[in-house]
Amino acid sequence: MLLARMYRRHQLKWSLMVICVAFGVSNPAFALDPASIARSGNGDAATACSSCHGDHGEGLPDNGFPRLAGLDSRYLRTQLEAFASGARANEIMHPIAKALSSDERQSLASYYSGLIAPKAQQQAVDDDKQIADGKSIALDGIWNKGIPSCSQCHAKSGLGVGASFPRLAGQSSTYIGNSLAAWKDGSRGNDPLSLMAGIASKLDQSQIDAVAAYYGSLPVDRSEGKKP
Amino acid sequence: MSDIASDPKTWFAGVLFLAAAGFAGYSMGCYPVEPVKVVTAPQPATGALPQTPKGSKFIPPGDDKIPDTEFGKSVRLGQAIFYDTQNNAKEFIGNSLQCSNCHLDKGRQPDSAPLWAAYLVYPAYRAKNGHVNTFQERLQGCFEYSMNGKAPPLGDKTLVALESYAYFLAKGAPTGTVLPGQGYPKLPRPDKFDFANGKEVYSQKCALCHGADGAGQQSPDGQTVFPPLWGSKSYNWGAGMSSINNAAGFIKANMPLSQGNTLTDKQAWDVAAYIDSHERPQDPRFKGSLAETQKEHHGGANDLYGTTVGGVTLGKDSVPSGPLPQ
Repeated sequence: MLLARMYRRHQLKWSLMVICVAFGVSNPAFALDPASIARSGNGDAATACSSCHGDHGEGLPDNGFPRLAGLDSRYLRTQLEAFASGARANEIMHPIAKALSSDERQSLASYYSGLIAPKAQQQAVDDDKQIADGKSIALDGIWNKGIPSCSQCHAKSGLGVGASFPRLAGQSSTYIGNSLAAWKDGSRGNDPLSLMAGIASKLDQSQIDAVAAYYGSLPVDRSEGKKP
Repeated sequence: MSDIASDPKTWFAGVLFLAAAGFAGYSMGCYPVEPVKVVTAPQPATGALPQTPKGSKFIPPGDDKIPDTEFGKSVRLGQAIFYDTQNNAKEFIGNSLQCSNCHLDKGRQPDSAPLWAAYLVYPAYRAKNGHVNTFQERLQGCFEYSMNGKAPPLGDKTLVALESYAYFLAKGAPTGTVLPGQGYPKLPRPDKFDFANGKEVYSQKCALCHGADGAGQQSPDGQTVFPPLWGSKSYNWGAGMSSINNAAGFIKANMPLSQGNTLTDKQAWDVAAYIDSHERPQDPRFKGSLAETQKEHHGGANDLYGTTVGGVTLGKDSVPSGPLPQ
């Protein structure tokens, strides 16, 4: 109702806005519409999120672009800040995050957090042994090497906890593997208490691959998580 | 412990400390609080932090060694209870904790009150109840205090399974001995606790996971991932962790998870004191009088029960112990 009234009152202005958006022209009135930014970018250097993260935030596994749908909004916001500052080094995301205003970062974080999307298709890791090895690290850890299980912080289900321990179930093996490698080589340095940097540095490449394969094998909505 | 044993400067202090603590009395983390005479260990002359024992030479057998027999089934059940107490022993617990919260790596981790080391020091006489306790009786205490629940009856499947698991883990270890890595490290005691510093350490190092309010955190599917450290869902006033020395030793060796032995001893003591200066469920031995309970079961420099910290008299307004009525 309200929209309709506004539309009648500002018919010309609305038409212009629609045109502007259609042609990707920045317009402050639309700057806070996260769906629009996700679809078409913000008219500045922030290009459409959907081109890499999918129409529903499901991600693009083959390229390692992560799933955003259903992640904690505070976590997403923190990552955007870290991309902008460079604390999380990433050539693609750095200019995009920098081009987003503070309000846009927040509204996009909330937007993606609220999305529900099926798991993106990825060619499954066809190595049961590798997945089993990864499951062992994910749920039991390698304590004599100082590596707690992933589940100690990300939950047995992989559904994550709160603002700082993101959901892993639903992410692709490519993204999980890349993230662990980035912590290990120091290019991702925004983890609280440097927890992930410390843990990733103790994992060798085959262990990283195994953990990635395990989490990549989980469905999005895995809520049982009762048995090791 | 092996590091201490090989260091002549701290060796004597270590012996004093262990003797004072009592071998059996500290074999597991979830001991009911017992007043303990604390002998202050001399600080190393160098001023360097004393080395905390880093591990044990004893390596318990892996899961692949669990036999495919009736006994093996009991071992596996014990491990399952230990790992997921909430789902596998729920009738006996009254909080949100798991055995493996304080006994890391399913009871295998040295300096985290490992089960294999505890198994070796029972049966043992305990001043607490004035008789020789079996291992099962000791496990009953875990349920009553650390898990704020009720003790499974002796011989109950739950206790038999946990005993089977501990026995399995201790295979090949010498009974009647205190192995390196047993219990929690005994840290040289400070003259006093600095609660303000403890609060600061907590906010910097602990709140990320356990929450600023100490209530822990859950995953969306309802699993308590980070255990509550105080409040109604945590261990009660009779639990071993409510003794600051136990908490400090555990924290020093193991916290933040994956970053054990990064806090100074002072930080570990102060943050342990801060954690244990909060309300939690009542001591199950409470019969209506705080003063009497304190006199009979508490007291000592490591125990804040009945004392007033920050205007709160601890134990005075505790929620009743035991599982909440359904």
